[in-house]
Amino acid sequence: MARAERGKATAAEIVFDHVWHHYPGRAVAAIQDLSLTIPAGEICVLIGPSGGGKTTALKMVNRLIPISKGDITIDGRSVQAMDVIELRRGIGYVIQQVGLFPHMRVEDNIATTPRLLGWPDEEIRSRVRELIELVGLDPEEHARTYPSKLSGGQRQRVGLARAMAADPPLMLMDEPFGAIDPITRERLQDDFLRLHQTIRKTVIFVTHDIDEAIKMGDRIAILRPGGLLAHYDTPENILAKPADDFVARFVGADRGLKRLSLRTLREIELLDAPRDAERSDLPSASEGTKVRDALSVMLTSGNPSLLVTDDEGTVRGMVTIDLITALLSTAERSAVS
Amino acid sequence: MIGVVLALVGEGPTIPDFGRGSDCVRGRGQFCLDWVVDNFGDQLLPRLIEHIELTAIAVSIGFVIAFTAALLAHRYHWVKTPFTAFSAFVYTIPSIALFQLLVAVPGLGLSWTSAEIALVGYTLLILFRNILTGLQEVPRDAIDAAEGMGFTQRQILWRVELPLALPAIMAGLRIATVTTISLATIAAYIGVGGIGQPIFDGIQRGFKTQFVAAGILAVTLALVADGLLVLAQRALAPWVRYGR
Repeated sequence: MARAERGKATAAEIVFDHVWHHYPGRAVAAIQDLSLTIPAGEICVLIGPSGGGKTTALKMVNRLIPISKGDITIDGRSVQAMDVIELRRGIGYVIQQVGLFPHMRVEDNIATTPRLLGWPDEEIRSRVRELIELVGLDPEEHARTYPSKLSGGQRQRVGLARAMAADPPLMLMDEPFGAIDPITRERLQDDFLRLHQTIRKTVIFVTHDIDEAIKMGDRIAILRPGGLLAHYDTPENILAKPADDFVARFVGADRGLKRLSLRTLREIELLDAPRDAERSDLPSASEGTKVRDALSVMLTSGNPSLLVTDDEGTVRGMVTIDLITALLSTAERSAVS
Repeated sequence: MIGVVLALVGEGPTIPDFGRGSDCVRGRGQFCLDWVVDNFGDQLLPRLIEHIELTAIAVSIGFVIAFTAALLAHRYHWVKTPFTAFSAFVYTIPSIALFQLLVAVPGLGLSWTSAEIALVGYTLLILFRNILTGLQEVPRDAIDAAEGMGFTQRQILWRVELPLALPAIMAGLRIATVTTISLATIAAYIGVGGIGQPIFDGIQRGFKTQFVAAGILAVTLALVADGLLVLAQRALAPWVRYGR
């Protein structure tokens, strides 16, 4: 009974309503008049140069840092009106250094919040097993080991499982993959996105890596130094039409290319392939290839067109450099409107 | 002063009577195992038990005081310096002098209490430093995570900080215990028994077997106590990787 109820915890809508934060003794505010709405179930990435206040903004949600003025609400309830301990137990929290408890086995680390909340033992045990599998670890092999025996990537997987243990409607992730090598980081990002498809929680995700932001975010909030919101929109729109010079510089001169990595060949309208395509010596790529990678193949092969095949190798159409150019310009126009 | 010496030797300085016992004992041999075997039950064992009592009580009381002070110092930083200064001062007083000083205090005299006060005093510096260092070296990220997950301050202390400080605390207990076992032999100087008594007695009577046997007993006790604490530490802190 209790289990089913808890399992149903849905995502929450988060609203920053004219939020300010002043660090005591400093003249300039760390966060100035920050207002943004994060729809339930979406991943919102907070990004900006260091000193931009992104971690400050994140920590104000679970009140590790106090709100000086304004308010933050979770599903309409002000975080300032809630008991701070209860508030934090209801939010998943993941940090860059992971912060696993070295003296607890993996299973006990994951069971932390359910135990604080007083779940029955039987329920905790089954939830822990479920979570270990969910984050891609093996219960037999990893449940009873201590964190010191795990690799960096495995530790962050345990950190994720621990944050999700009590099925919170909101997760705060503070540079969760920042200290992990690039190859493992990519795998963790992919696994987390896949996981998010099923759990659909609201996630606030802090990073300083624009590529990670574009990859992970349903929306991206770019903060400029002093904690001012520079641009808040979908990755596509930010890349197509940066709000100002600061945002344009921040996302980088290759923003056009970055936009191309947002879509795969399956998601664009292809040209018809020439009749004898199968026998031609045109390069080819599968439908799951990112448009950006397809462009790279054309450029390196010195051929302005590329055949697109499905998983069975059947030709589905063709893409050309001109088509990609056109794609970028139409998207730019639609983003403006 | 004379009173103290009398108490130490018991019946006062007498010519040792080696009339009874084996050839080894009568011939003032280097070490007479047969004497040890014959007299272990009534001469050495009771002193050993007294010694264990002296040590256990001193370390326990010392631990309670040092633990409380360390928790206070962890929370209120200003506590650290005065307590360190006090316990370091006590630690530097030569032990015989401290026993002597306490004996001179009205109401204490040649008592068990005097002995325990001195022994407790010597444990404080080691225990306080180790407990406080242990608490301060808990990884910051574990505390940050605990705070963010909704632990109360008390839960952070008892479920995160103290368990993680345990190896340092146990290391302090080991040093304090071994030190106290050694110092407690000197407590015999004020007539409270313990293994120090047969040692002083043997030296006084020129009976080598007695003080060598008692000395070996004291060293063995220290080694056994240390070994038991190591085992306890491994049982209580299984996450620490020991040796290779």
